[in-house]
Amino acid sequence: MQLHIFLSHNWIIRFLEIGLFAGIIAHVIQGIMLERSNRSKRKIAFDVKPGNATSKWYSRSMGLLGVLILLFLIVHLSQFWYSTKVALYAEGDAEHNMYQQMKEVFQHEWVLLVYLIGVVALGWHLKHGFWSAFQTFGINSPKYNSLIKSVGMVYTIIICLAFISMPLAFYFKWLN
Amino acid sequence: MEHKTLNLKLRVWRQSDSNTQGGFVTYDANNISTEMSFLEMFDVLNEKLINEGNDPIAFDHDCREGICGMCSMYINGRAHGPWAGTTTCQLHMRAFNDGETITVEPWRAQAFPVIKDLVVDRSAFDRIQQAGGYISVNTGNAQDGNSIPINKHDADLSFAAAACIGCGACVAACKNSSAMLFTSAKVSQYALLPQGGPERKTRVLNMLNQMDKEGFGSCTNTGACEAECPKEISISNIARLNREFLNAQFSL
Ligand code: SF4
Ligand code: FES
Repeated sequence: MQLHIFLSHNWIIRFLEIGLFAGIIAHVIQGIMLERSNRSKRKIAFDVKPGNATSKWYSRSMGLLGVLILLFLIVHLSQFWYSTKVALYAEGDAEHNMYQQMKEVFQHEWVLLVYLIGVVALGWHLKHGFWSAFQTFGINSPKYNSLIKSVGMVYTIIICLAFISMPLAFYFKWLN
Repeated sequence: MEHKTLNLKLRVWRQSDSNTQGGFVTYDANNISTEMSFLEMFDVLNEKLINEGNDPIAFDHDCREGICGMCSMYINGRAHGPWAGTTTCQLHMRAFNDGETITVEPWRAQAFPVIKDLVVDRSAFDRIQQAGGYISVNTGNAQDGNSIPINKHDADLSFAAAACIGCGACVAACKNSSAMLFTSAKVSQYALLPQGGPERKTRVLNMLNQMDKEGFGSCTNTGACEAECPKEISISNIARLNREFLNAQFSL
């Protein structure tokens, strides 16, 4: 059996893919509900805002960053995930040259721009989100706080660099 | 310290009651000593308004020494003004410059309706406290303090949480109008001590339930509350509140 067919029918990968989709959809819905509910708690806004004097901009902008990431995800999935699925299921395990497709898609400046915006937004989203998740589950202790922040930082950098490396490599023709 | 006088413009929120729409009115505050407190400046202005036959500006205050939590102004975009760890009554006019325009707003949150001008109704905090912020003790002679061993670290943390004066600056500072810092301080001060043991689980559930009922928002960990709290209550108390909640909710 060819590798791509093996991988795309393997139940572990299918299971993780479905889990990932379920997770992200739940996160989006919950995020929208949270943002809406929180906004309704102050009907008359303060006239003067504190800006960045009392909190970090990205911690206040999770909704905006989330929307940017979602837009990026929609572009990404419609370009690659969708065509792969069509080749697999609609065309009955047809051969699908992903490498060639990436080569072509990542020649466009606008695609590179969408990926850059998506990854930068993801970086800030994670910078707050990683630490915030621990705080929400009650893990905040002088013993582990610096560890949590540094692991979060390293994780954020690795994820962002890995995501952007492919479009960059194809756009600047680092690969043949 | 060198004593100076300032001439200022005050843009103050005026609102006659909770059902009327409010708006900003600008006043001149001249010859204000840099050594006055922010509230004393309001006293001077109100004196003038009264002498002119006008309605003085209503604002909350009581102890004027930073311990009661009544004073509550939102000054130039900051709860209790620009100084960290300071209540409005302890804010001094030397924090401002001559000729400056200072905007003063009430705490704004659906859970804190404006009663008049800068006075808001903070009884929601009282109801959260009543829902579980107490311990049960037997009547009769007080127990010998030394018979209850408490380690110093926990006693210090509990004491730091108990420093909360219920002013509501955390709600005003929060973009979500969340009361999590206040509630976490009130839950923590008991959760850390053996005396808080008997009601430990019901306390956190009841207080959080009341907090939600009052219409406060949800915490998204921006940390603005901690930055603005006059008693410098740490958001590690919010993590403790979350732990207490998980422990109470998911234990059998
Ligand atoms: S936690 Fe701080 S800001 Fe909030 S009510 Fe208590 S003292 Fe005021
Ligand atoms: S008036 Fe009591 S704390 Fe300011």
